[in-house]
Amino acid sequence: MESEEIDLKALDTILKEYKGKKGSVIPILQRTQTLYGYLPKEALIAISEKTGIPLSQLMGVATFYAQFRLVRQGRNLIRVCDGTACHVRGAQKNVEAIEESLKVPAGGTSTDYRYSMEIVYCIGSCGLAPVAVVNDKVYAQIEPKKFVKQLERLK
Amino acid sequence: MPKLLNSNDCSHAYQVAQENLKQRQKTGTTIFIGMGTCGIAAGAAEIEEFIRQELTSRGLQAEIIPVGCIGMCFKEPLVDIQLPGRPRVTYSNVKPKMIPRIIEEHLEKGRIVTDLAFGQLATSKGMKKITEVALPEYSELPFYHKQTRIALRNCGIINPKDIESYIANQGYRALNKALNEMKPDEIISEMKSSGLRGRGGAGFLIGAKWEFCHRASGSPKYIICNADEGDPGAFMDRSILEGDPHSILEGMIIAGYAVGASEGYIYCRAEYPLAIAHLQTAMAQAREYGLLGENILGSGFSFDLHVYEGAGAFVCGEETALIASIEGRRGEPRPRPPFPAISGLWKKPTNVNNVKSYALAPQIILHGAQWFANIGTKKSPGTAIFALSGKVNNTGLIEVPMGIPLGEIIFEVGGGVPNGRTFKAVQTGGPLGGCLPESALNTPVDFDSLAEAGATMGSGGMIVIDDETCMVEFAKYFLTFASAESCGKCIPCRLGGTRLLEILTRITDGKGAPEDIELIEEISRNMRASSLCALGQLTPSPVMSSLRFFREEYEAHIYQKKCPAKVCKALITFSVIAEKCTGCMVCARDCPAGAITGEKRQAHVINLDICESCGICKTVCKFDAIIVE
Repeated sequence: MESEEIDLKALDTILKEYKGKKGSVIPILQRTQTLYGYLPKEALIAISEKTGIPLSQLMGVATFYAQFRLVRQGRNLIRVCDGTACHVRGAQKNVEAIEESLKVPAGGTSTDYRYSMEIVYCIGSCGLAPVAVVNDKVYAQIEPKKFVKQLERLK
Repeated sequence: MPKLLNSNDCSHAYQVAQENLKQRQKTGTTIFIGMGTCGIAAGAAEIEEFIRQELTSRGLQAEIIPVGCIGMCFKEPLVDIQLPGRPRVTYSNVKPKMIPRIIEEHLEKGRIVTDLAFGQLATSKGMKKITEVALPEYSELPFYHKQTRIALRNCGIINPKDIESYIANQGYRALNKALNEMKPDEIISEMKSSGLRGRGGAGFLIGAKWEFCHRASGSPKYIICNADEGDPGAFMDRSILEGDPHSILEGMIIAGYAVGASEGYIYCRAEYPLAIAHLQTAMAQAREYGLLGENILGSGFSFDLHVYEGAGAFVCGEETALIASIEGRRGEPRPRPPFPAISGLWKKPTNVNNVKSYALAPQIILHGAQWFANIGTKKSPGTAIFALSGKVNNTGLIEVPMGIPLGEIIFEVGGGVPNGRTFKAVQTGGPLGGCLPESALNTPVDFDSLAEAGATMGSGGMIVIDDETCMVEFAKYFLTFASAESCGKCIPCRLGGTRLLEILTRITDGKGAPEDIELIEEISRNMRASSLCALGQLTPSPVMSSLRFFREEYEAHIYQKKCPAKVCKALITFSVIAEKCTGCMVCARDCPAGAITGEKRQAHVINLDICESCGICKTVCKFDAIIVE
């Protein structure tokens, strides 16, 4: 596991924007994650110190919602949909192919930090099942071999 | 654009927008491209690029309008060409290589490419139908013939990023009427008379809900739109948010006026970035026009909205969990009463409704309660919006009058089951709903009939499954989802869901025991009776409904250790039919487990000790020489 230097100054801009606003815990965490790619421990501690929100509340929220990641992610995030429509149209086969060929476990990250893969439950394009989203780009009607080839082209 | 300061300004804006639209339709060429998330996933962004390049290189003028999802997902990408004064001509499944031909023939030469076009759509009353070629009108297409599009009326028709487009189609006229001609209790009375029931799934009378909040004491009050659409297989809300965001704003402002709230939140799941972007554009435009903010249309009523992004928790579709989420806490529901209408966001009176409910509200105010009550059935007036998908030919978004028989939706609107397979069941109500078999196809689709039949209306996801789906595995799939999404607060759901999943897993692994069915029923009864919220109460619904209608499948798994649908890996075996095998070696090469052996041009053999039942051999065999039992 590599350790990284976290630049905490960038956090100040975010915290300033939400200062005094109600209902800002989740938006602050979302913006922080956009900034660093995940929620580093140092960032959470800094947020707690500067906003007065107890670290326990922040951790409680960060561990509850699926969106938040507490460990560093791969450069390319693969989200394979296993919603009902995608499931009946063969989503599992795609997951297995990706795990096998790209050595990235579902819900985990490849050892070279090139890929992370998540199983998600419906991104709402059921008419084009099975679907996957890679780095915010939607891929429709994917097939195991073809999709793996497309993923291999990502750096 | 100067603000609309009063009722006259609003009426005037409508007239001007209509005029501009008429002019544009009369004199200019328009190209509509379906650019909802589904269209983009099918390649619409690329298609748009190609079209622009083609227009430039040919020196042609046309206005390109991105529209939301018109509902025909199975035909995306969709490109419509509208020549001056003529109906839109829809081209379907458009690929980049088709563009030059479509542009040259249709735009330059005025000739419709009949082998690529599939329908025509008039965009104003009295527009002459295209008769020089045989091109069905949308109303004649099986997919649209039975539909009555009210909540979806603008999707695929207007530009969701342009408020003028919304105004031209009667947008904000309902708001004008509500604020300047009606009092809050008149609005509530109208909503009650319409009989509109909540479209989020619970089906509670909207007018009554608004009335509770209106009467509650406490200030400030809040309006919340539940746009967390978490049901896998549901994309109705997404399409409305992307394709017609202003309809939600209008509905929420009217609700705010009716209950006495001046602030609202749209809680939208983060997995819908396009919807969030379109909402924010719409809100900015509404503020510019003075339709959000202080003293809206000179009425003295002020209201504004925030978009709040969800963080990936299905349970936050439950209203008290949603409220907890906005408050910055874990999305855990709480006991009710008190209901949010009395004590909601930050303990203040809060009205929470689904996207589709807010989309329908302005139409009721504009056309009247009686108009709405005359559609559908007496106890379920209006229309139902469904996302139809799974093993059905015409997958997409539909809006039909309540009361239509289930079979008509699947076989007429949906065009039946593809690939020559047989219909087995239809799943409604998402992972907390139920499935109905062939014998229930006559069931009218309305809240009460569906509940009586053993399913639920839910938010609108409707998934068709065929004979290749195993009902036990299907139930296990829903349990996997629901138990993972349990918030963990109450034991019946937290433990019950886990135990149900364990039992189903055992059964699909061929290790089911005779007591398992009784155990499933007991745990389900307990979860239904004692879970804190609907997630726990309804987690057992899929397994209970599949037990009710497909008990024999469970028994086959448990007693005969067989999977009739040939899906459960532990219960199926693959083998080669020696007489059909040509020895081409493709299956041996593709087998990930290395379980197939055989010489060239000799019948191959599958070693069952190594075989993992993945099914790849059967898929790649070109000679139908592999069977599964």
